[in-house]
Amino acid sequence: MGLARRIIPCLDVDNGRVVKGVQFLDIIDAGDPVNVARGYNIAGADEITFLDITASSDNRDTILATVEQVAAEVFIPLTVGGGVRAVEDVRRLLNAGADKVGINTAAVTNPDLVDESSAKVGAQCIVVAIDAKSVHQEGEPPRWEIFTHGGRKPTGLDAIEWAVNMADRGAGELLLTSMDKDGTKSGFNLGLTRAISDAVEIPVIASGGVGNLQHLADGVIKGGADAVLAASIFHFGEYTIGEAKQFMADQGIEVRLT
Amino acid sequence: MQRIAVVDYGMGNLRSVSKALEAVAPDHDVVVTSSASVISAADKIVCPGQGAAADCMQALAAAELVDTIKSAVGQQPFFGICMGMQVLFDSSEENSGVQCMGLVAGQVKRFAHPHLDSEGARLKVPHMGWSKVGQTAHAMWHNISNDSRFYFAHSYYCVPENTDKVAGTCHYGHEFAVAVFDKNLFACQFHPEKSSDDGLQLLANFVAWDGK
Repeated sequence: MGLARRIIPCLDVDNGRVVKGVQFLDIIDAGDPVNVARGYNIAGADEITFLDITASSDNRDTILATVEQVAAEVFIPLTVGGGVRAVEDVRRLLNAGADKVGINTAAVTNPDLVDESSAKVGAQCIVVAIDAKSVHQEGEPPRWEIFTHGGRKPTGLDAIEWAVNMADRGAGELLLTSMDKDGTKSGFNLGLTRAISDAVEIPVIASGGVGNLQHLADGVIKGGADAVLAASIFHFGEYTIGEAKQFMADQGIEVRLT
Repeated sequence: MQRIAVVDYGMGNLRSVSKALEAVAPDHDVVVTSSASVISAADKIVCPGQGAAADCMQALAAAELVDTIKSAVGQQPFFGICMGMQVLFDSSEENSGVQCMGLVAGQVKRFAHPHLDSEGARLKVPHMGWSKVGQTAHAMWHNISNDSRFYFAHSYYCVPENTDKVAGTCHYGHEFAVAVFDKNLFACQFHPEKSSDDGLQLLANFVAWDGK
């Protein structure tokens, strides 16, 4: 179809430092976001996502400095999420050099933020992050609900209806995380990914659960994801981005080989 | 020292474009500006842009830059990027129809709902990610392989009337123009400032280009 499926490494950033480090390549300071982003660019990542987990509101602006530094030196798309609550937050991140801004909890508490941000900066800059969890009982048809606060707080919102709602309001892309799968290394929730991807016209990034390269390929082939996001399998050097792309290419998936 | 003006009309991420230019042209003076006189006096002009067509045209008009750009196109080497390409056309379908600058004959259209490939499978819109760009001979492609991938993020695409002025095409559902040229003007739909090495090479080629 002419468009490569993307592989996106995701980095947690706390107070301007990459948390837990990244153990691959010959990075001297594995906590430095610029070094890590540069390393992933050389490795062939199609995009980089930073998730700002800075807890203290006093230090919220550290992410802006981080984004400025990375965007001045690494020339691939950069998505930044975490703590985005107002259109002003979106604008400040974009002005610092982010290409896309992820909106998560605030999309649930204030859905108009998605409309307002999208109208202001364009849908292509707005990524709505959706955290969904299975809520169906044994024997029932599958159903997923939106959760916030790291999967602890149910919202009563049906995940598919919510995804359609977010797309209608002006999201340019959805970052879909299965809270059942996140951290399990047992693969994406393919049923959820497929259901959401089929329900919306906008691209869907699958996230949560990647433990090996087959999981990435399955996310595209079975889940219908337009992009796949992973953290630990890349950060700890289990696989390189190049190996992941070659594996996907061998299964007939169009990727950008560098 | 040559000066490259990055046109600032309040739409979009100019920092990435200016930083990428600085990276490939350390011996040039890269200036982000909304000043008509600075733009007119610059050796080269880059016009980026992001957001909706109506907002971009309004912002250009409000900054009184439409005439500046119109007279620059035809003089200095000029590089339009993304929305900076679309506003060069006659009109856009976006926002129920927007009159644009009319420097390149043609229209800007939206991908169909649903946007289908030749086998009837639905394609996602926005067209977001890395697609191959087929080249026609032009100095701006120096040292870039034909069919190299560049990063796209758009829902509207340009349809130039004059196919002789197409410098690059992409296939996403159907083939469409993603780069056009006319004398000292070059414009592309994708983001060279976000397209890693090949994107930086394209920007370097613009820095080296005499507009002929």
